[in-house]
Amino acid sequence: MRIQQISVFLENKTGRLADVTLLIAKAGVNIRAISIADTADFGILRLIVDRPLEAAEAISRGGFTTRMTDVLAIEIPDKPGSLAAVMEIFKETGVNIEYLYASLEKDASTAVVIFKVEDIDHCLKIVADHKLSTIDSF
Amino acid sequence: MIWNPQFECQSSEERKLLQLARLKNLVETLHSRVAFYRDRFWAAGVGPRDLESLQDISAFPFTVKDDLRLTYPYGLLACPEPEIEEVHMSSGTTGVPVVDAYTRYDVECWEEAMARTLSGAGATRHDTVQNCYGYGLFTGGLGVHYGAKRIGANIIPMSSGNTQKQLMVMRDFGSTILTCTPSYALFMAEEAKETGFDIKAMKVRAGCFGAEPWSENMRKQIEAELGIDAFDIYGLTEITGPGVAFECERKDGLHVNEDLFYPEIVDPETGRPLPDGEKGELVLTTLVKEGTPLLRYRTRDVTYLARGTCGCGRTTARIHRLYGRTDDMLIIRGVNVFPSQIEHALIEIEGTDPNYLIAVDRGATHLDEIELMVEVKRELFSDETRTLETLRSKIESVMKSKLGITLRVKLVEPKTIERSVGKAKRVIDRRAI
Repeated sequence: MRIQQISVFLENKTGRLADVTLLIAKAGVNIRAISIADTADFGILRLIVDRPLEAAEAISRGGFTTRMTDVLAIEIPDKPGSLAAVMEIFKETGVNIEYLYASLEKDASTAVVIFKVEDIDHCLKIVADHKLSTIDSF
Repeated sequence: MIWNPQFECQSSEERKLLQLARLKNLVETLHSRVAFYRDRFWAAGVGPRDLESLQDISAFPFTVKDDLRLTYPYGLLACPEPEIEEVHMSSGTTGVPVVDAYTRYDVECWEEAMARTLSGAGATRHDTVQNCYGYGLFTGGLGVHYGAKRIGANIIPMSSGNTQKQLMVMRDFGSTILTCTPSYALFMAEEAKETGFDIKAMKVRAGCFGAEPWSENMRKQIEAELGIDAFDIYGLTEITGPGVAFECERKDGLHVNEDLFYPEIVDPETGRPLPDGEKGELVLTTLVKEGTPLLRYRTRDVTYLARGTCGCGRTTARIHRLYGRTDDMLIIRGVNVFPSQIEHALIEIEGTDPNYLIAVDRGATHLDEIELMVEVKRELFSDETRTLETLRSKIESVMKSKLGITLRVKLVEPKTIERSVGKAKRVIDRRAI
């Protein structure tokens, strides 16, 4: 299953991240995974939250440019070699990864990794074929 | 439709003779009746006898906006005061108002110029002109009014504002020609859309838009959203008002009413005349004005002149759609750049809303450096840095190829660039010159 990620455009200015997180806090939304891609001038904040639509609206109303993107959240056993095994499958089946980042663990024995891939339908098929476990909400 | 073929399609030789005769007459009048000009001529060492050909005009002094302010209200009058039948003036938001005074004959010439302007957009006596330019001191409202009356069209003097009523009148009276500022035309289309009013189904087929700078892209937008033909018209309060130049159906430059107004293009820095086709500041002389005639008035508008017979049959010189104002012009490493050029280039990059700010600085190398800040709107934004970096370098390369300048693009958050109600602030010049 795919889940929705919120991306937020941030200028490299002190306090912008605080502004965004405050908007999310005020909306009463819980952040489950977070990552920032940065360049010299700007950053892109990526968020997985429990109520994405509400969060995106609150952030947009705060004057930020946001965008929703479909990503995959794959459960991976929390032990050595698990991520490598998934990556090997993706490599063999030609799944092209744009970026990934880790999320909070759902329980003690599994980790959740967020994947943004080039062709999400293809990737979903591979995930199903190899009986990988995805989660559809946090 | 050509309103006055005698003057609009005149041969270039005949026109030059007419212009020279009128120019000589003007210089004599200014010399004998206007103390301001007499002093200026004396200071420049020129007089009526120094004008033997049209080229000789370049020896005569310019008139600038401040001259008009200093002589407020009637210091430039060239006729006895009782002859004045009408007065218009600029809003004066930037200082003392600029006055234009008209005799009966001046108003007749204005009517003539505006009849030609409206005819350029195809208007005839069978049309209903909905005039949404403001009536009053502003020249737009009455200028169009006089022209439409001269043509014999039905004129609805709406003046500006009250958009719902404008739409109602447009529908109920079957207006066929719309006259307003281009931004108001778009505003009307927007308001129509919001209230479920089908503006495209109206009988309006053409519009004459002016009084503010607008782009080719805006023309396309107006034409698409209102389902009409949009024509550019040009004029300024100091030089009578609208009716100085107008577009014909070819939309290939604006025909100057050359028997009434004499156009020159000069280098804005040196004031030297520039040849046809070369971009510079438009300078206008009123050839037949009796009330407040002006010699070599610096308009600060930047354009170039093209001559030769137009496809429509008119032989009058054409000015290109205005590029901008000399006051906005930036000189970056010797290259002249107008904010409007940057705007046009940005519009061409798909999805880029032209909300931008130009910051010019002298870097460590003492060379001019220009930073272009562009707001990242939702349509442009991507969750991938690569996409945004590609956008950035695309804007940089388009600016390089279109404007010939190297600049650095910085993507900024929406609304970081200050919005102003009137003229947007587009340039910050940090160079200490």
